[in-house]
Amino acid sequence: MKINSVKIISLLFFVLSAFYLYTAHQIQVFAFDEGAPFNAKTFPIYLGYAGMFFSGLKIVLPDQKPVEVDPTYLEFKKTILLVLTMIVYGATILKVGFFLSTSLFLVFSYYFLGERRWKYIIIFSFPFVAIFMYLLHGLLAVYLRDPLLKYIGIMG
Amino acid sequence: MIEGILIGLKTALSFQNLMMVMIGCFAGTIIGMLPGLGPMTAIALMIPITYGFDPATGLILMAGVYYGAVFGGSTSSILINAPGVPGTVATSFDGYPMAQQGKAGKALAIAAYSSFAGGTISAIFLLFAAPSLSKVSLSFRSPDYFGLMILGLTAVAAFSSKGNFLKAMMMCVLGLMLASVGQDTLSDIPRFTFNNMNLSDGISFVLVVMATFAMSEALTIIIKGNDPSKAAQQISLTDLGSIKVNKEETKQMAATIPRSSILGFIIGVLPGAGATIASFLAYGMERNFVKSEEKEKFGKGSVQGLSAPETANNAACSGSFVPLLTLGIPGSGTTAVMLGALLGFGIQPGPRLYETNPEIFWSVIMSMYIGMVVLLILNLPLIPYIARVLAVPRTFLIPMILFFSVTGIYLMSFNNFDIFLMIGIAVMATILRLYDFPMPPLILAFVLGGLMEENLRRSLLISDGSWTFLWDRPLTLCIMIVILIIVGWQIYNSFFKKKL
Repeated sequence: MKINSVKIISLLFFVLSAFYLYTAHQIQVFAFDEGAPFNAKTFPIYLGYAGMFFSGLKIVLPDQKPVEVDPTYLEFKKTILLVLTMIVYGATILKVGFFLSTSLFLVFSYYFLGERRWKYIIIFSFPFVAIFMYLLHGLLAVYLRDPLLKYIGIMG
Repeated sequence: MIEGILIGLKTALSFQNLMMVMIGCFAGTIIGMLPGLGPMTAIALMIPITYGFDPATGLILMAGVYYGAVFGGSTSSILINAPGVPGTVATSFDGYPMAQQGKAGKALAIAAYSSFAGGTISAIFLLFAAPSLSKVSLSFRSPDYFGLMILGLTAVAAFSSKGNFLKAMMMCVLGLMLASVGQDTLSDIPRFTFNNMNLSDGISFVLVVMATFAMSEALTIIIKGNDPSKAAQQISLTDLGSIKVNKEETKQMAATIPRSSILGFIIGVLPGAGATIASFLAYGMERNFVKSEEKEKFGKGSVQGLSAPETANNAACSGSFVPLLTLGIPGSGTTAVMLGALLGFGIQPGPRLYETNPEIFWSVIMSMYIGMVVLLILNLPLIPYIARVLAVPRTFLIPMILFFSVTGIYLMSFNNFDIFLMIGIAVMATILRLYDFPMPPLILAFVLGGLMEENLRRSLLISDGSWTFLWDRPLTLCIMIVILIIVGWQIYNSFFKKKL
């Protein structure tokens, strides 16, 4: 059996399924439901077994279509930077407010992806978000939380 | 019935209602095209507006939005491989590869013609067969539904990812696992929440679909930035190519459309089944109907592979109105939102709707057909222009997709946790995509998870814990036999045939 990335992912899935199965057994059901033909943990238990079965087969059986991913082609740096930017965006959107956090997220994302035309970077960030907010909040009356704009007095 | 049709035509063809269909179709197309925003969101946004109109007009507007959003969803599936709704996931299997080959315009035209034909045929079915078909769907019991859902998942695993059956089955299980997070629907017992209140309501469908499609698609494009393979290339949205369909392609579509329409309509009538199962089953069925050389083209830009799910999902949209209008049972999430709107108008859908509000019943049916015509006449020629909304460079497009995804979740919950969860799922999905683990089975399983558990619960309780319910009823037995044939065929093909 040749070890490759797909086998490793399958092994991780097997472990996840085993953990899921263990957690499913730990679900506390009502006392009168313990011996019932179906209770809150029945379906998850079957799922846990199914996950272990399919991932187990994938580990044991030979690969019909081996997938080789050449890491030299992958843009890890850009991807990680983008994911980190999203995490920061997610963490600040409630506290800083929708307008500023979204605009800054867009500016940094464009920059990290290689965009250097600052005119477009600015147009497609601050004004774009302002128009989007006007459409959503102003016209469609969809609530957008923005403490900063509220403090300044732009948003009600 | 003739009198009803005339009443419906009169109502639907009034100037105000015609305008509503057009506005609905156009607005729906734009909203449906944006990754993550589907018919449900579009209709939900329309509900406050519809209360200003009479019930028939309001419902006609929502029906227009529904069809427009489904069409718009197909557009984003084809152009950027980011389906807004699960019903258009199967469209991307062949639509996106076709667009990658420089035939985006043709792919959009095939999708539009197929949608039109599927919608038209099913609107005729709806017109004549609504009362009797509702009786058929009433005869389905929990074991049949459970079997049908297993069939849907197996078909997707078997046909949507050739040679990756086990990977697809693993994704099905993962989707079901994600769907099981949150409180148990019957007992309210928390499951897999790890004492986190944010998980007690479960993981939202929009979150999972945005993470596994829109976001992970964006991340995959970035991570494969240096990959010379075609899969990493972005479609040119400024030049979509010709929208003309040649004779050979028309011939291929002519064979596909009738069978996919019938299948789509029947699946759509079944409460809870809807456009997603219909499109996947139609894709699977079509793959089995075509010749072996055409079969090889599936997943690489096949005309029939694109036409079948598009026809079926639109046919299922019409079909899903049957249980809504005649039984008061929504056939899909979208019709569930419409049911809420109807109740808001003080109208209780059900068998008596014919008698109490015939103008509503028939005008909605007639407006569906008008909506199809509007989509074909107005939207198809405009698509090259509408699609330019998406024609921005990759450096702008990717952050925009991520922004719409995060905003969609933010607007739903105003919660950081959901955003982090979405990012986590998107990263996981991106890694899985790199190694050819298919995402559509995960989404379908996630959508069906709750219904599947509910039907298994009922079946097991009725049979007192015995699994004999799987073969007690002839209908369930037939479904199980089809499942066994599909699984057996897959195992044979994967592990024996290739070795010979």
